[in-house]
Parts: sequence; C-alpha cells; structure tokens
Amino acid sequence: MEVAAIFLPLIGFLAAALFGRQIGDRGAMAVTCTLVNVAALISAILFVDVALGGDPRTVTLFTFIDSGAFEANWALKYDTLTAVMVLVVNLVSGMVHLYSIGYMEHDPNRARFFAYLSLFTFAMLMLVSADNLVQLYFGWEGVGLASYLLIGFWHEKESARAAAVKAFVVNRIGDFGFALGIFAVFLIFGSIEFDVIFAEAAEHADTTFNFLGYEVHALTTACLLLFIGAMGKSAQLGLHTWLPDAMEGPTPVSALIHAATMVTAGVFMVARLSPLFEYAPDALVFVAVIGALTAFVGATIGLTQTDIKRVIAYSTMSQLGYMFFAAGVSAYGAAIFHLMTHAFFKALLFLGAGSVIHALSGEQDMRRMGGIYRMIPWTYGLMWIGSLSLAGIGIYGVFGLSGYYSKDIVLEAAIADHSWFGTLAFALGIAAALLTALYSFRLIFLSFHGQPRADEKVMAHVHESPWIMLGPLLLLAFGAVFAGVIGYGVFVGDGRAAFWGEALFVLPANDTVEAAHHVAFIWKILPVVMGLLGIALAYWLYMVRTDLPATLAGRLAPLYRLSFHKWYFDELYHALIVRPTAMLGRGLWLKGDVGVIDGLGPDGIAKTARGVARYMGRFQSGFLYHYAFVMLIGVVAFVSWYLIAVR
Amino acid sequence: MLHMPLLSLVTFVPLLGAAIIFFIARGPEEVIARNARWMALWTTGVTFLLSLFIWFNFDRTTAEFQFVERVEWFPALQISYHMGVDGISMMFVLLSTVLMPVCILASWDSIQDRVKEYMISFLILETMMVGMFCALDYVLFYVFFEGVLIPMFIIIGVWGHGERRVYAAFKFFLYTLLGSVLMMLALLAMYLQAGTTDIPTLLRTDFAYSMQIWLWLAMFASFAVKVPMWPVHTWLPDAHVQAPTAGSVILAGVLLKMGGYGFLRFSIPMLPEATEFFTPLIYALSVIAIIYTSLVAYAQENMKKLIAYSSIAHMGFATIGMFTLTTQGVQGSIFQMLSHGIVSAALFLLVGVVYDRLHSLDIDRYGGLIRNMPKYAAIFMLFMLASVGLPGTSGFVGEMLSLVGAFLVNTWVAALAAIGIILGAIYMLQLYRRVVFGKLEKDDVKRMVDLSPRELAMFAPLILLVLWMGIYPSSFIEVMDVSVANLIENYELALEARDGIAVAGR
Repeated sequence: MEVAAIFLPLIGFLAAALFGRQIGDRGAMAVTCTLVNVAALISAILFVDVALGGDPRTVTLFTFIDSGAFEANWALKYDTLTAVMVLVVNLVSGMVHLYSIGYMEHDPNRARFFAYLSLFTFAMLMLVSADNLVQLYFGWEGVGLASYLLIGFWHEKESARAAAVKAFVVNRIGDFGFALGIFAVFLIFGSIEFDVIFAEAAEHADTTFNFLGYEVHALTTACLLLFIGAMGKSAQLGLHTWLPDAMEGPTPVSALIHAATMVTAGVFMVARLSPLFEYAPDALVFVAVIGALTAFVGATIGLTQTDIKRVIAYSTMSQLGYMFFAAGVSAYGAAIFHLMTHAFFKALLFLGAGSVIHALSGEQDMRRMGGIYRMIPWTYGLMWIGSLSLAGIGIYGVFGLSGYYSKDIVLEAAIADHSWFGTLAFALGIAAALLTALYSFRLIFLSFHGQPRADEKVMAHVHESPWIMLGPLLLLAFGAVFAGVIGYGVFVGDGRAAFWGEALFVLPANDTVEAAHHVAFIWKILPVVMGLLGIALAYWLYMVRTDLPATLAGRLAPLYRLSFHKWYFDELYHALIVRPTAMLGRGLWLKGDVGVIDGLGPDGIAKTARGVARYMGRFQSGFLYHYAFVMLIGVVAFVSWYLIAVR
Repeated sequence: MLHMPLLSLVTFVPLLGAAIIFFIARGPEEVIARNARWMALWTTGVTFLLSLFIWFNFDRTTAEFQFVERVEWFPALQISYHMGVDGISMMFVLLSTVLMPVCILASWDSIQDRVKEYMISFLILETMMVGMFCALDYVLFYVFFEGVLIPMFIIIGVWGHGERRVYAAFKFFLYTLLGSVLMMLALLAMYLQAGTTDIPTLLRTDFAYSMQIWLWLAMFASFAVKVPMWPVHTWLPDAHVQAPTAGSVILAGVLLKMGGYGFLRFSIPMLPEATEFFTPLIYALSVIAIIYTSLVAYAQENMKKLIAYSSIAHMGFATIGMFTLTTQGVQGSIFQMLSHGIVSAALFLLVGVVYDRLHSLDIDRYGGLIRNMPKYAAIFMLFMLASVGLPGTSGFVGEMLSLVGAFLVNTWVAALAAIGIILGAIYMLQLYRRVVFGKLEKDDVKRMVDLSPRELAMFAPLILLVLWMGIYPSSFIEVMDVSVANLIENYELALEARDGIAVAGR
C-alpha cells in the first residue's frame, strides 16, 4: 500500500509519456487522473493508519548506491511527517489533475502535460518518503526537473523558455549547497541514512572539522549547507528570483508546484532534519532570520505587482518565509501545520486566479480586469474564502479559517522564543501580516470590482468555469476553511506529542510550540487585528478613494519603485553574475584556448618548426666550403667543451 | 567455455572481420558497401555477445586478474603476450564492445564513400581498444595504446566533415604522439629496472622515489593528453568537430577513457609515492578543467564543440575522484568514466542525427525540433539530463561519488569542483532550449523527419544502460568493488612502508 501511494503516479507518467499517442489525450488524462486520485485515497488511509494510529514504518525496496560506507537504499520511510506530506501532495495533485482537464481543454499537447504533472507528483513523493539523503536528493532534483518541464511547457514563448532555464539553474545553485551538505554529513557520520545520523546526532554536537581551511562546528556547517538547498527550492531571499518567473507555466502548474507542494520541500527538509538542526543552534538562527526577511520582502513586492499570478507568487514566497522562521525557532510542528493549511488556500487562490484568467480569455494583468464579480460568482466567492484564509481571519476562541490557526501559532512561537531573532521574526511577520491582507484584497478589489477595464470583446466572453474546474476548487475551499480547526489539536495542540512521535525532534529547552500557548493575549490577537486592518485599508484604497494609490505611489516614488522592481534582485544578478559569466566563457575560449594554449602550443610549435626549417634550409647551400666551415666550428666547440668540462 | 581464450577472441574477432571484408570485397561499389556494412555489424555484434561471457563469468570476489592468457613472445627479453582483466578494466572492455555496433549503425547511411575502408578502420580500432584494456604486458599495452591512434587518425582525416579535418587529424596525432614518446621512455626505464615488462610483476616492483617522479611525469604526459586534462585539451574540440559522428562517439566514449585507465593501471599502483606527491597538481588541473571548460562550453555556437568541452569537464570529475584514493572517489571516478562513455556517445549520436538531415552543426540553425521530432526530443532530453547529472541517470552516481571522495580528502577541491554541477546545467539546458524548444520557423528544419527505426535501435541500448546505471548502480559498483579496495590498500601499504623506512632511518 505504501508503495502504491507513491508509485501509482509514476505509472501514470509512464503510460502518458510512452503511450500518449496510442491511448490519445483522453486516455492519458483518464489514466493519470485516476491513478493520482487513487493514490490520494490510499494516502488518506495510510495517514489514518500511520499518523493517527501511531504506527510509523519503513519499506525498503532495493539497493540504490553502495560504495564503501556510502550506502543508500531505495526505501519509503513512512512516519507522521511523510504521511502528512504524502496526503497533502496527492490530494492537491489529484485536484489539480482534475482541474487541468478543464483548464487545458484547448491545448494540443495535453498528454504531455498530464505526463509531466504525474512525474512531478512522483518525484515529490519520493522526496518526502526518502529514508536517506541521496534519495531525498533524487526527489529534490526530480521536482526541479518537472518544474523546468512545466514552466517551459509553452516553450514557443521566449519568456517561458527563459523562465524554465532560470528555475532550473537557480535551483541548481541551491543544490550545490545541498550536495556539499550531504558530503559534510557523510564526513561527520560516515553514513547518509536518516536513522543512523539521527541516532548519532547528539554525540556529534561538539564535533568540528576543517572546511575550506577553517576549523568549523561540524553540524552547523552541514546544516547551513543543506539550508542553501532549501533556500533555492523554497524561494528564500537571495535565491527566490525564479519563483515569480515560474508563473510563465500554465496556472494549474503554479498551483501545484509553485504554491502547494514543491516549494515547501525546503521546509519539509528542515523539519525532517530537525534532529540535526536542533544541535546546530547557529544554523537555526540563520534559518529564522532568512525566513523573517523573506516573509517581509515578499509581502512588500506583492503589494505593487500588476500580474494577478505574480501577486500570488510573491505571497507564496512570503508565506514560505513564515514557515522557515517557525522552523528557525524550533517550532517545526507549526511550520508543517502552516505548510499544510497553506497548501489548501494557496492552491485554491491559484486555481481561482486561473479561473479568472480562463474567464477573461487569458488576461493576467489586473489593470485590464474589474467589474466581473457578478459574472463569475462561484470563482468570486471562492477567491474570498482563499483570501480570508490567507489573511488569517478568525474570531478568537470561536472559529477561524485555516490560515488563522496556522499563522497565529507560527507568530506566537516566534515571540515565545524570547530571543532576538524570534522577536525580529515576530515583528517582520506582523508587518507582513498587514501587507498580506492588503495585497490579497487589493487583488480581489482590482480583479472583480470597479469599472470593467477589459475590452468589449473579452467582456462579452466572460463565463463561469465548468464544473470540472469548480469541483476541485470547492474541495480545496473546504480545506481552506476547516483544515486549521481540524488539524490544530494534533499538529500543534495537546495531541502533538502522540501525533508526531519521533518524526520531529525538539530539544526540551527549545519547545516553543508549548511556550506559544502561554504568550500574552495581545500577541495572540495582534495577527488578526493586522489582518482586518489590512482588509479595511485595501477597501479604502481600492474601493473608496481609488485615486489614492496613484498619489501614494508618486509621493513614495523610491519605495514604490523598489517594490515594483522587486528590490532590483534580477537586475543585480544580471549585472554581477549572468553577464560576467557569459563574457568570461567567451574570453577564456578565444583568448585562453585559441590564443594562449594553441598559440604557444601546437600552432605555435608548428609555426616555429616551419620557420626553423626555412632557416635551416638556407644552410643547404651546396657549397663545400660552407659545410667544411661549419664542421670546423663544431669540432672546435666540442674540443673546447671537452677541455673545460673534463679538465 | 572457461577454457577458451575469451579475451583474445574478443580482441581479435573484429580483426578477423576486417580481414574478411578486405578479401571478399568483389563486385560493384554498392555491393561492396552493403556487404561491408553487414559484415561489420555482424562482427561487432558477435564480439559484443562474446564479451558478455566475460561479464557473466567474471568472479566478483577477487582482485586477481581473470581470464588470463599467457604466451611467450620474446622470451629472451621477458616480453610475453599476456592478457587478463580485473574489475577495473573489465567494464571498459564491455563499454568498447557495446559502443561498436552502435557506431556501425550510426554510419549506415551517413558514410557513402569508401565504405569498405571505413568499416575496416573501425574494426581495427576495436581490436586495438579491447586489446589495450586487456593487455597485461607493458609492451603489448603500448602497441595497442599507440595502435589506436592510426585508425582514428585516418577516420578523422578521410571521413571527417569539415575543411579543417586534416588540421584536426594532425593536431590530434601530434598531441598524443608527443605524450607517447615520453611514455616509451618510461617503459624503457622500467624495463631496465625490473627486467620485465609484465604488468603484474611491475605492480609489485618497488621503484626508487626519485625515479618514480620522472616515470610519473613521463606517463602523465601521455595520459593527460588522452583524458584530456587542461591545458593539453585543445585537440579534442577540433578533432570532434571534424570527425564523422561515429568517430566522435568512439573518441568521447572510449579513447578518453584510455587516459584515465592508464592512471589507474600504471601511475597510481606502480608509482604510489610519486602519485601522492603530484596529487595536488592533478586536483588543480582538474578543478581548472571543470570550471574553465564549462565556461567555454557555454560560449560555443557549435553543438559538437559544446559537447566536446563538456566532456573535458566531466573527465575532470573522474581525475579528481581517482586521485582521492578513497573508496567512493575511485569507484565514482570509474563510474563517471563509464557513464560518460555512454552519455557523451549518445549526445554525439544525437548531434549526428540532425547533422545527417541538415548538414550543419550551428546551434542557431535549429530550433523547435520538439514539434516535428518528438521522439528525438525525448531521447535528447534524457541524455541532456544524464549529462547534467540528474539523479536516476548514470551521470549522477559518478559525479556524486567522485565529489564525496574529494570532500573527504579536501573540501576546497570538492567545493570548487561542485561549481561544475551548476555550470553543467547552464550550458546543457541552453543547448537544449535553443535546439529543441522554441518556434519551428525555418523551412528546412520543418522538413526534418523524426528518428527512423535504425536510429531508434542505436539509442535503445544506451537508454537502457543510462537508466540501469542510474537506478541500480550496484550491479556495476559490485564488479569493481574488490579491485578498487585492492588498489587503495596497496597504495596505502606502499606509503606506510615508505614512512616506516623513514622513521627507522632517523
């Protein structure tokens, strides 16, 4: 059963990829959708069995790599953490598969699209069920590949091709760190299997080793290196530039990969490796700070973007920041809780946005939307649910949407940590909470309300999406509303110790989830207040005083430009890295290879040889006395050498 | 079966095939060509099947040489015809025999001139390659090692497709010959000391430290050119661009491995102290090679040149790995060479496929092939990813293990070499993006047709291997395990012995 939950999507991929032509588009869609949804059902059963029943297990398939002590199996480690992830991945993926049937209706390459979706699902499942670092890396790169294929799916657009390559390469930069992290773990523990390294982590709490000439704290270094990988995959500040560009892919892809699942791989990895991170406190500080900064920066950028999908993309980046600073203050359970609720409401928002785009014949620019809320009421209502959940709205002590519970616990854990970075994370997180509500409802008001700004032809075509698209949305909306209240008790509440078992490890001194329940009332209520404030502000700016945003943008021109241009990260990287690399490559080739090496080497020698030959040729004059003279000189030279040397 | 001289059979059956093609060729040009093609295909196919017996009968529990054959050759000089394989050389033999039929298939339609001579050259080439990996006598090795040059030189010079093919052929020949001359000197010096050229005996011979240094340098000159290591690599891009497709396949698939194999068979086990001394040099050159050639590859406009430069970078991982003298490093290094043999061969074949249709190697001439050549695009994708080192393909295992070995020994080397995994992704994805993705605009590109059954047949074994090696690499690591352990153990024993003497002498 464990095997089925993970390998059914692979079968779907193989069927659609290899026999797509034979079974046709409909066949491919039927096979992949069925298999993924069956896998989702199975993983729900397994979730009950493994997580709620408290029965973790590992299924070993066969040897992967066995080189000396560097041993790894293909295995499925099925504990609570995996069960949660597998369920979320399969569920969201199943919904996205179904939704895509409607969304990709007119695409000629549907079989390929569904094959890629299933491939992605499989890779992600391998990632979360790995029992060693190499299999984790396999899934890690696998989802990167699927993401590359799906972003570049509409490869005839130059921007899509560029975005696909960018996503892969930026992720590879993260993987560079990840790979070194794996090596470091192997150096420290002599193993890469989770069970072994987790058992021995405590013994190596004070180990040091020599890294790049410095004697460094071993676990901190290893964790930092691994975290670089997480930064790439989860679009954390510095390695986040690929995520917004990834919106070039079809919208279901954005929902599945770039919101609900793949980008959470980094968070999952930190949670999975919590036994290591717990003994690397400095690495945790770094995680928390990066997460907090990302949460804030992402939210500020989301404020001014005009592409509906980009707004949501930056929102994702910001929410991932929340998860990381939760992990950074050792509140791994809270991080995974937020990951889970976020998967529901973010997938809902993305697919809802896709429904809007679908209704407007492909328009993504919010400046050319507006005035359509009566025409697509279902989509409109669902977007409200998603946005309220994202903004974390709820009534204290009564009921809240999913985002309310998870965001609150994350922020409370941060303040409960009583450390400078926890407080910093809380401050930035609270600020970001205000911004989150603001940009989410800016999106709602701009897209649905006001005067229609699309042209008449488009407006005449506005239509509600078919049920094959709305159905999955309703299911996700259910999750966005209720996942929080259902999951709260076991993920971060009283049932958490029994629920997580040994899947997460927290040093007793670092139990911030426990402390979070005892923070002052003001901190508990502040996130919701901020959320409501943000919504009110959005209403005032985009419904009442619609002239204000432009004035504000003018007044605060430098800040506006900073946000609009995404803090100039792309420009900076282009000038500092991309262009110099290309120039260096050309330079090394023409100056280095052709100029110096060939010039001094083969070509140079050949030229010299020709020259010498020509010169020597002149000695062949044919005159006897020339030869005699040269011989004489030779004899004299030898005799003198003999006399001097042998003396 | 075990009593048959299996290695000699595998080595000389191709030569027999060549002789048959040479003598039976009668009749009109077309008939000769057709007979030559079929004969060559049969010969290489039979050779491959024969080599499978080695694989199945190979004893994976011993580091001794197996399938040993020994006949006195120049008894007075202690030179004999001595063949045998261990876990290191065995898989290179198989790599050669599996690539040969593929090469013949790749040349089926694209070679139309002097088909008979072409096939004969390839069969002789196979004899030389297989013989080289099996030889257990230094003189015999040298004969095969140099013998490889001649058919290759002819293949590039005669059937190459470019104006500069003669230049490239000479550059290739001179570069490698220069190294060979020095290796000849090393051979003589070792012979004078040990009184024999028998490799197992030489492996047990202890050479003085000062002599080791010189011997090591002389061999290095030869092997480094073959690998090729920076900065003696510039012959490779030229040779590849000018060579016919199958020539490139063998060049990248097998010839480059001769250098790596040489290090593993001679430099490291025979000259351990010198190896220790020169290891930093190898690291430096390899790291430079990886970063430098990856950057250069990124700047290329010619498909074959790009892949040629990527080969140099990939071989850089192999040289780093083997000189770490750790289990992971050496196994990774051998694995990397095998994997690269498959992957680069496939990439050159892929280039050959479109070259056959459009007669251009310019990346810019193509674009949007996924539209009219979906099968081609899928296969290209697989090998592109293998080249990038995606887990699940063979490229990953070799790269990963080599880097693990490097990290255990020197973190700087590992960190710098790992930059190669980023750069590798950049140039390969760029290539794929420009050739396969995009709009299908050019008329002549639109007319290109997808892979024929013959072309699919030549990719099939490579696809199988690349996935097999990627998903279940154990079946290959297992073969080399004991031999590699033996190599490392002897190396460490030699160094300990030296240190022991040094301590005692104090």
